Amino acid sequence: MRVNFTVNGRKQEADDVWEGESLLYVLRERMGLPGSKNACEQGECGSCTVRLDGVPVCSCLVAAGQAEGREIVTVEGLADYARHRDDAHPGAGCAAGTCGTSLDQAKRRQAGPPDEQGAEAAELSPIQQAFIDAGAVQCGFCTPGLLVAADELLETHPSPSDQDIREALSGNLCRCTGYEKILDAVRLAAARQEETVR
Amino acid sequence: MALHPRAASVPAGTPTRITQGSQTRGGIGESTLRPDGTLKVTGEFAYSSDMWHEDMLWGHTLRSTVAHAEIRSIDIGEAVATPGVYAVLTYDDLPAAMKNYGLEIQDTPVLAHGKVRHHGEPVALVAADHPETARRAAAKIRIDYAELPVVTDEASATAPGAVLVHEGRTDHHIGHVPHPNIVHRQPIVRGDADAAAARADVIVTGDYVFGMQDQAFLGPESGLAVPSEDGGVELYVATQWLHSDLRQIAPVLGLPEDKVRMTLSGVGGAFGGREDLSMQIHACLLALRTGKPVKMVYNRFESFFGHVHRHPAKLRYEHGATRDGKLTHVKCRIVLDGGAYASASPAVVGNASSLAVGPYVVEDVDIEAIALYSNNPPCGAMRGFGAVQACFAYEAQMDKLAAALDMDPVELRQLNAMEQGTLLPTGQPVDSPAPVAELLRRVKARPLPPEQQWLSADADGSSVDVRALPGGLSNTTHGEGVVRGVGYAVGLKNVGFSEGFDDYSTARVRMEVINGEPVATVHTAMAEVGQGGVTVHAQIARTELGVSQVTIHPADTQVGSAGSTSASRQTYVTGGAVKNSCEAVREQVLEIGRRKFGTYHPAWATAELLLESGKVVTDGGEVLASLADVLEGEAVDVELEWRHRPTEAFDLRTGQGNGHVQYSFAAHRAVVEVDTELGLVKVIELACAQDVGKALNPLSVVGQIQGGTTQGLGVAVMEEIIVDPRTAKVRNPSFTDYLIPTILDTPTIPVDVLELADDHAPYGLRGIGEAPTLSSTPAVLAAIRNATGLELNRTPVRPEHITGT
Ligand code: FES
Ligand code: FES
Repeated sequence: MRVNFTVNGRKQEADDVWEGESLLYVLRERMGLPGSKNACEQGECGSCTVRLDGVPVCSCLVAAGQAEGREIVTVEGLADYARHRDDAHPGAGCAAGTCGTSLDQAKRRQAGPPDEQGAEAAELSPIQQAFIDAGAVQCGFCTPGLLVAADELLETHPSPSDQDIREALSGNLCRCTGYEKILDAVRLAAARQEETVR
Repeated sequence: MALHPRAASVPAGTPTRITQGSQTRGGIGESTLRPDGTLKVTGEFAYSSDMWHEDMLWGHTLRSTVAHAEIRSIDIGEAVATPGVYAVLTYDDLPAAMKNYGLEIQDTPVLAHGKVRHHGEPVALVAADHPETARRAAAKIRIDYAELPVVTDEASATAPGAVLVHEGRTDHHIGHVPHPNIVHRQPIVRGDADAAAARADVIVTGDYVFGMQDQAFLGPESGLAVPSEDGGVELYVATQWLHSDLRQIAPVLGLPEDKVRMTLSGVGGAFGGREDLSMQIHACLLALRTGKPVKMVYNRFESFFGHVHRHPAKLRYEHGATRDGKLTHVKCRIVLDGGAYASASPAVVGNASSLAVGPYVVEDVDIEAIALYSNNPPCGAMRGFGAVQACFAYEAQMDKLAAALDMDPVELRQLNAMEQGTLLPTGQPVDSPAPVAELLRRVKARPLPPEQQWLSADADGSSVDVRALPGGLSNTTHGEGVVRGVGYAVGLKNVGFSEGFDDYSTARVRMEVINGEPVATVHTAMAEVGQGGVTVHAQIARTELGVSQVTIHPADTQVGSAGSTSASRQTYVTGGAVKNSCEAVREQVLEIGRRKFGTYHPAWATAELLLESGKVVTDGGEVLASLADVLEGEAVDVELEWRHRPTEAFDLRTGQGNGHVQYSFAAHRAVVEVDTELGLVKVIELACAQDVGKALNPLSVVGQIQGGTTQGLGVAVMEEIIVDPRTAKVRNPSFTDYLIPTILDTPTIPVDVLELADDHAPYGLRGIGEAPTLSSTPAVLAAIRNATGLELNRTPVRPEHITGT
């Protein structure tokens, strides 16, 4: 079958999709957007979390056909989504064409000086930057799903309590960090958000 | 690479005093951020399951549905005929005479031949144009199994007439084991434990059970094999040790090692579970057979069968002490279940035995550790590696002893705490700081978290936030029946590979000028599995070479081995190799400088010279030249191996020998609340104090300690692979049934980092990754015992153990 949907503000169409394919599979293997992760593919870990018409869902549990005509935001589009949050059509954008993924690019790891890491900040959404700054990323496999879930939390609860954060992120497993730095990151993003509002 | 305006170069020969604190930024000791952080938060970082190739096929493994059986026949006819299927492989298709692999003993078949020895053993492989096609075709393979009796524990393994898991063993342990179903046995005898027992005023004994834990890294076993034109293969894969994989892969493919080119792709956690091969050989076989790139990605169900687990253990301990609390002796027997294949079992036995009494002074010990062959899932490396199971038991024993002596459990531990110079049961002195008593003091001195945090006063008196209670939003209690407990534990872990292993690492460091800026490139085969090795390598290069720009070259087999990312060894060993290579680069750079500018300033010949902030400076702070000027047009490139001091094997009869390189110590205090009616536990706080020698990156250090602590918490209260004792089948291979801690299960983890330098190690550092996993489990257990008054001798503690139902 053919599926039409919008991913990170761009109209997409996937052909020859088998009915059993998940949205996660179509994003990763057909759209070239491997940012959403495949840790369990059974709805238990949250690594595959994307926003479907604004609502965070486990994309491994969504049949690709269910996405027909709908808007999806993945971690690849998160920074752009955050920039356009107040627009009438959230997620519309990516005019720069930077939402896609180049594996070549991904393979390059450069360790620039500390201040250069700061200079890249402008490219990232506040929650992405906070995850880096707080040391909330280790292996990073849980990170995309956590970022999408945390971004939605901060959109709906700009100053969440610790219990709120724990509740909102309870569907996202992380095996590396012990979660403390993830809490720190969400608190940090919330605090920075508050400062900007003021 | 960002373009930088060329730094204003200081004319050679013009002395300039650089001010204090102007050393290169981002060096060791600073919490610099991960170089791969931005890629990881934008989704661009390519993990092994993200690999993609034009025209690639998908590989799938068919696994045995029974634990122990003869294979009478395999019928692949229907599978081969399935449209979209390119290859179906069984044992008969293996191309080389070598058909097994293994870390220490080559006992693991690439594909089962004649027999399967555990549930989930790989039997056949399929490559197809869609993963679902491959799965469905594999389901059409018909295998006729004749089931055999299963060996599942020590009694069934060593009973007269027991079925042998491996007949005709020829490995080097067979000569000293009492039974062929025992992989390895290590006794350690020191002093005279029986005579010492006679002097004891109090003796406590205990039997303990440690369940089978899974590494449960999130990134599934996966990778891409691409056939190359010369008949070889390129493999992009997530692993902990590229060169160890290579050594095992090449012989079964029938290829020389240089025709198997391995590149590390992004690793989504490892924790020991990627030390053994999983899909590596299978993907290569399919790629070589079909002539097409083949991608394999395990789903979570398969992942539980695709890697080894932590050894479950049964431990029996006897501790004795005098009336005033001094340990007289320890006797113990540790039985580890290694499952169907050896994996790292022999080394796990060495660790469990040599660290069996923990960080305490005991002169008289009688220790025995064994690992069994059984038809249970194979077990091997996991964070803590044999020391975890022992720590769980000896710390429970220390609490028991304290109770018997009517002493404070922390005081009893401090009274017997190891210090620098203390001898291990193996006779080896601990020749670096051993702040065991101090770590305990620190966690104990920390103020306790306030009681009943779930109670919050409101207008009508008080209200309850059920989210903060055991059971959480399930709303199982409003505080009635909830009791608090506090428990302590401390542990001792070795760092690096022990028992005479040649535990070296290699680093290539290149320095050159790019766009007017001096740039260092660090190339190692170190597997970055999330621990942050790439961050510290850049920090080390900045510190040693005085540059701010450092590029980390992707890890591959084009450079010498870095050894494994395990045993808390990478920062020590590969960090040491990077440091060593940087020092050699620095010497060469200074040589070039002397050649070019030596005549302009006498300091080139006479002073101690350093590289700082992109300049050559004297130890007095005078700038002699910029690195850009020194290196213009030249590049310096050095590749060196680096070794820590050697170790030796333990004597097979007495266990004596200088077997370990370094030690790592952590202590925990756990505070729990237990709903005694339903048996639910909520851990309120899990404070840790650890000595790290030198924190090269404090942010990463704390992150590692919190992560290790949480894995220990998991095994204390929820994590266990459950194997049916009658059939040896795994009952819970999914994240629905194998539970790991969520953010709701994990408390705050305050961390107190101590930095007592180990003079033998680079920068004085200590390996840190594993120690926190040791003591967190017994601390939580101690706290639950403290809350409930129950004995609780097994982990994980389940609600029925607390309610007695
Ligand atoms: S991959 Fe979708 S929830 Fe785990
Ligand atoms: S799972 Fe590795 S950082 Fe969360």
